[in-house]
Amino acid sequence: MSIRVQTAPFDPGHELNAIHAGNMNVGAVVTFVGYVRDINQEQSIQKLFLEHYPGMTEKALNKIREEAMQRWPLIDAHILHRVGPLSLAEPIVFVATSSMHRDAAFTACEFIMDYLKTRAPFWKKEQTDSGSHWVEGRDSDTLAASRWNSHNKENQ
Amino acid sequence: MLTVHFLARYREALNCESEQLSLQTEWQTIDDVRQFLVARNGAWSVLNDPRLMCARNQDVCSLQEPIQAGDELALFPMVTGG
Repeated sequence: MSIRVQTAPFDPGHELNAIHAGNMNVGAVVTFVGYVRDINQEQSIQKLFLEHYPGMTEKALNKIREEAMQRWPLIDAHILHRVGPLSLAEPIVFVATSSMHRDAAFTACEFIMDYLKTRAPFWKKEQTDSGSHWVEGRDSDTLAASRWNSHNKENQ
Repeated sequence: MLTVHFLARYREALNCESEQLSLQTEWQTIDDVRQFLVARNGAWSVLNDPRLMCARNQDVCSLQEPIQAGDELALFPMVTGG
């Protein structure tokens, strides 16, 4: 898979099995799945719409993936992200990192999500009981991503 | 010429997905283009956002990024994917 941006729903279990089936060297796969939740900032969510910047989206995800592959001894890294209309409880994003041993896969998965949340051109619009609104970016995400700036392969 | 894309909340506020602009000699950086747009007043003040992000030729960059003719620029609010 490596990088995929799609409007269609996906099954995280199916994606995980396909990653492992593709390479018997894999000793560890760490996955992150983000879902559409029903409450955000005390408002009840009905639906979610994800806008993106076609052209840049896959380029940005590829760049994040390549940086993770350079920093850690990974066998592979995969990013799958939905765009368009999403229903409650559907998976939004799937990140999987595979390696021979768990440490690299755990750390790289976290790195990819931190960078994705601050550098990949996606925007969420929530539909609530009182209308729809764009989700505001969070400074806590920026802070989480900034911790990787001083990191390098040697000190992990 | 420059192409400038506006995304998400900005696109809605401006009712505009993208615009072609003639590169002016005094423009050195993306921020010069942003300030030119903000000076139109009205809805364009949405680009006076301290958390505005930008991209040049589909790479996230700073507002101080130098520009040249033919560039594809994008101005957008903080991203919220994942």
